[in-house]
Amino acid sequence: MRLVAIGALLVPALLLAQPAKDSCVECHSVMDGPIQKPALLIKNDIHTANGLSCADCHGGDRTSDDPSVAMSKAKGFVGKPKRAAIPQLCANCHGSADFMRRYQPRQRIDQFELYKTSVHGKRLAAGDENVATCIDCHSVHDIRGVKDALSPVHPLRLPETCGRCHSDAHKMAKYGIPTDQLEHYRTSVHWAALKKGDLSAPTCASCHGNHGAKPPEVESVAAVCGSCHVLFAQLYEKSVHQPIFSAASGGGGCIVCHSNHGIQDPTTAMLVGPKAVCANCHEPGTPGAKTAAQMAQWLDGLDAALKRSSAVLTEADEDGMEVSEAQVRLGDGNENLIKARLAMHTFQPEEMHKPIEAGMAIANETLRAGQTALHEKDVRRLGLAISGFFIAITVVAIWLAIRRLEANGSGYIEPVK
Amino acid sequence: MTAKAIQWLDDRLGLSAIRELMDHKTVPVHSATRWYYFGGITLFLFGIQMVTGILLLFYYRPTVAEGFDSVRFIMTRVEFGWLIRSIHSWSANLLIFVAFVHMFSVVLTHAYRPPRELTWASGIVLLGLMLGFGFSGYLLPWNQISYFATKVGTDVAAGTPGIGPSIARILRGGEDVGAPTLTRFFALHVMVLPLITVGLIAFHILLVQKNGMSTPPWIAASRVRHLKFFPNFLLREVMVWYGALAVLGVLAAIFPWELGEKADPFASAPKGIRPEWYFLAQFYTLKLIPSHVWIFEGELLGVAGFGVLAVGWALLPVWGVNRAGEARTRLVTGVAIVLIAYLAAFTLLGYIK
Repeated sequence: MRLVAIGALLVPALLLAQPAKDSCVECHSVMDGPIQKPALLIKNDIHTANGLSCADCHGGDRTSDDPSVAMSKAKGFVGKPKRAAIPQLCANCHGSADFMRRYQPRQRIDQFELYKTSVHGKRLAAGDENVATCIDCHSVHDIRGVKDALSPVHPLRLPETCGRCHSDAHKMAKYGIPTDQLEHYRTSVHWAALKKGDLSAPTCASCHGNHGAKPPEVESVAAVCGSCHVLFAQLYEKSVHQPIFSAASGGGGCIVCHSNHGIQDPTTAMLVGPKAVCANCHEPGTPGAKTAAQMAQWLDGLDAALKRSSAVLTEADEDGMEVSEAQVRLGDGNENLIKARLAMHTFQPEEMHKPIEAGMAIANETLRAGQTALHEKDVRRLGLAISGFFIAITVVAIWLAIRRLEANGSGYIEPVK
Repeated sequence: MTAKAIQWLDDRLGLSAIRELMDHKTVPVHSATRWYYFGGITLFLFGIQMVTGILLLFYYRPTVAEGFDSVRFIMTRVEFGWLIRSIHSWSANLLIFVAFVHMFSVVLTHAYRPPRELTWASGIVLLGLMLGFGFSGYLLPWNQISYFATKVGTDVAAGTPGIGPSIARILRGGEDVGAPTLTRFFALHVMVLPLITVGLIAFHILLVQKNGMSTPPWIAASRVRHLKFFPNFLLREVMVWYGALAVLGVLAAIFPWELGEKADPFASAPKGIRPEWYFLAQFYTLKLIPSHVWIFEGELLGVAGFGVLAVGWALLPVWGVNRAGEARTRLVTGVAIVLIAYLAAFTLLGYIK
């Protein structure tokens, strides 16, 4: 009787523990060729992990082993969805708050709405099936979570994913847009930061948007850059260059000096020298060129002074001298260098000079601290040598005193024989 | 006049007894005489610790907010503060090393034999006190390494079977290392331990005077020459002390004891955190013991093992001699060599790994 009771409890539990039958995977996984592929890929799909199956997108009855039933129209089988229908198909679930709440309650549900406003979405609606739909970026049948490092939309892989189409000259030919964005991006400071593991560094989607992807217009470039570089954007907005750059044809704002995809580490070479971007507008010898040269000189001067102080403090530190206070202070100096670089975006020399002056004062102060520490180290070594000399003399004197004391064997007591 | 003053003092203090002791105290001269110096060096270094410790007290502030900054102030602003602090730290380490050498020299020359059982026992307690000084003093600069090393150290203490958690709570003054721990360690370091240590050192030296210097069993005591302690041996001892002072000077001037970063209890523990070298062998052993051995918790078993070992070691005069009071030289020498090899190897492994 007890066994029956246990059996009655166990059987439903075991049945519940069994994975739901999926005839789609069962049949397609033993087929040959392209038709087999989805059944193999779907093991890694985030939807599978959440209990969804082929039938949830393709329709049909996955519980039937009979293909004519499993893939019957009566059971809602739609087969391969038309390309133009894919965004709507995904949105059936991803656009439903009620549905998404069960799996990812914090995920947005407006992807399809945004997509419809994007260049991709608009062209798809106009009948251009060459443009990207959901599956072109997120993959299909092996769709992974965005944070999964193997997902094609993971920050480290996104540039390559966008580049798959946008670097394809053949695909882009009819749109008349350049195909060198990825090539340039991979030379940029943003990609360098991303490669180092800083996943907050911008990728294509950070500036262009993802589902609502479109190129920033001239007037919104500063806003796009300013979403991360907030203080730079604020100063630039008030600067004399803002109206001039914004009026530039073919692109304005930040990209006039920094370019767009291939943004390089901003150095004073942008201000003076053969690669100076200022020289593009300000002829040599003009007040503008002179101001740029002055700013470069200040920045380079402060940078060199801080580096010198840092080297002296490091040397003192490695020699065991206590210079941590000066090293912390040097951090303030470096902060002033950053402030000076920031103030450059006002394009007002007097604004830049304030942090330069403060930074130079700190550089000199910390340099003195480092030099004092190094001098102190020498004094200590000298003191050590002098005291070592006196200790040696004392030891020799004691040794001589002992010899004298024991010259005739006195001090020793021989054993009694 | 001087003679009168001496006579006056003699009448009141009994100086003639001291003079008598000075005249009669001798040191046996044989192949192992050099080991006698290590007790004296230990005493000298303890004196250095007292003097430099008192000087540090003038500026050190035992609070979480000010501890680190006050040590930095000593290192950077106080005249010769860097020297005093560096000597205090280096001398502490040398002191423990020399105390270990002294202990093993006593074991290998079998000086623990009757009637010197109490000299041995007081020496073992003194070594424990020195380790206590090291452990408590390490936390006082309140830097990152010392903070986390103390956490690890008190965790090990918490592993003592039965009373461990209570010991850890008493040491820390709470559940974790914090402000109460610092003040407790400070009180222990500058008041409790010194008082006990000074008393015990006096007892230890008194016993050495009472029983004289031991001669190793393989040397016939009646056949060795003796050297007068005052002034002959003492002058030699002073030479060695000067040597120790020179070593301290070199270490302090060329390798000033570093200050590190201020302790941040919310930061993650620095990588490869480990206690001071004199606790490394035990620390590494505990790391090697599996988390569970049969029905016992590994760490608990390890700490209990060390406890048994320490008690056994303190009882050396009991098991290290036969009924006739002669040393079991082979057994004790063998055990001492194994122990030295274990401490050296595991300290090295603890340092490397």
